[in-house]
Amino acid sequence: MSRPAPTSDDASAPFFEGAARGKLMLQRCRTCSATFLPVQEVCTECLEADMEWVESSGEGTLHTFGVMHYLYHPGFAQELPYNVAVVELAEGPRMNARIDADNDSLEVGMALKVAFEEAGDVHVPVFQPA
Amino acid sequence: MSWSTSFNPSGGAAIVGLGMTEMTREYTYSANGLAALAIRDAIADAGLTKDDVDGLLVNHGVMGSLRPDLQKSLGIENLRLQTLMNGQGSTAGQMVQYASLAVQSGLANVVVCVFADDPLRGGGAGAAYGGAGRTTTGMASLNGYYGHFGANTGYALAARRHMALYGTTQDQLGAVAVSTRKWAQLNPIAMQRGDMTLEDYHASRWIVEPFHLLDCTLVTNGAVAVVVTSRDRAKDLKQPPAYIVGMGQGHPGNPRRAGAEYEVNTGAVQAGETAYEMAGVGPKDIGVRELYDCYTYTTIVTLEDYGFAPKGEGGPFVEDGKLGPGGSHPTNTGGGELSGYYMWGMTPLSEAVIQTRGQGGDRQVEDNQHVLVSTQGGILDMHASLILSADPTAGTGGHA
Repeated sequence: MSRPAPTSDDASAPFFEGAARGKLMLQRCRTCSATFLPVQEVCTECLEADMEWVESSGEGTLHTFGVMHYLYHPGFAQELPYNVAVVELAEGPRMNARIDADNDSLEVGMALKVAFEEAGDVHVPVFQPA
Repeated sequence: MSWSTSFNPSGGAAIVGLGMTEMTREYTYSANGLAALAIRDAIADAGLTKDDVDGLLVNHGVMGSLRPDLQKSLGIENLRLQTLMNGQGSTAGQMVQYASLAVQSGLANVVVCVFADDPLRGGGAGAAYGGAGRTTTGMASLNGYYGHFGANTGYALAARRHMALYGTTQDQLGAVAVSTRKWAQLNPIAMQRGDMTLEDYHASRWIVEPFHLLDCTLVTNGAVAVVVTSRDRAKDLKQPPAYIVGMGQGHPGNPRRAGAEYEVNTGAVQAGETAYEMAGVGPKDIGVRELYDCYTYTTIVTLEDYGFAPKGEGGPFVEDGKLGPGGSHPTNTGGGELSGYYMWGMTPLSEAVIQTRGQGGDRQVEDNQHVLVSTQGGILDMHASLILSADPTAGTGGHA
């Protein structure tokens, strides 16, 4: 058994289509240019509801992380302990992620870049040391 | 902001009844049954009958097991105020605030606030709080793939941020676990009362680094209810009133964007400042602190945000054991959520009522003139504060 694979849906389809092409897709407000992690319907800055999809630089830093030892889901039985991370993207939004690196090598503030791995029918962003 | 307005709620209402079921890891009654039992006991504690109750505020826990019409389970009729509330762990503080305003305005006279939950049904606490069994799609389903599950993860990530920014250490998290356990050993209803040293803390298994098992609360089945009424009504009742002299809320709204440091700055700042100002006191006047401590880290960051230690210095502040019995800053005197019982915001609130009344027995803190209650929900997202006092002249409301 492996990690539970994500599934694309209507609202997130551009994100997963981008991931399959090796691109990290974000949303940007057409009115004020604020950038968001998908899926954002209303801009938190100007409150307009007019979003476009844009490609992220894929660069970021490690905002914080933990190392999981508790088995919440049987798909992780072979992976304990695994890291859980929050990555701050260069464009501003923070996203949950995993870091493709030794847990012992992780440090808050380290530079990261996006990579993609297959998970079931979709591709998923992970981050590697830059 | 000033409270010297025509309506100043400081000291105009009081908590007059407290009811608590058995706190247990076993399944005894449903959440609905537990809530009914706690309400029964709270009403009796106040020296009232169910016919006196005309307000009911209901908060269910993680299982979502209570309904707003809980009154039917007790045969309580003709309520003038009733709703289901959910500010997650901050709800207990919020319920008492709204009840205080309601009884002072005359919208209701005797308001019962209750929390009940039954997360332990054989599936384990991780099943209830982890969310691993939930079916999600789209962006939300990424969290399952990343193994980013539950409250344990969210708080561990917050703690790590504090450690990275300020040098907070594992020993300092452990000091909170140890001092809180010492209080629990003085509380007959606390669930975890065995000896605990810092070595025991470090030896306990990892849950999600930086949290060991002993950094985490112990999920509990049970219920707690309190009765709120006006100060005039409170005077003639059975128990010494715990006057509500300060209250406030703070809900920062974490945007999860660059520039925000919400993991290390909580709504307790705003909630506390509001409550202090209403009560006319400051951190130095607080003799007892009852803080929402779902994790050891929560105690540290909350102490900072209420002004007991400068930002970033909460770790060194707790390291010498000053939070424990005999220390200069008694905190979570019933054993908190870490070692006592996990009833969301009702954990700090229930112990605060006991301490304000002077009914703490072996763990009673002598300086109980002002007791601070901190209730907190989400991942440090929502916050509601109360300051309680047994002194009818306390507060700024001019009621005395």
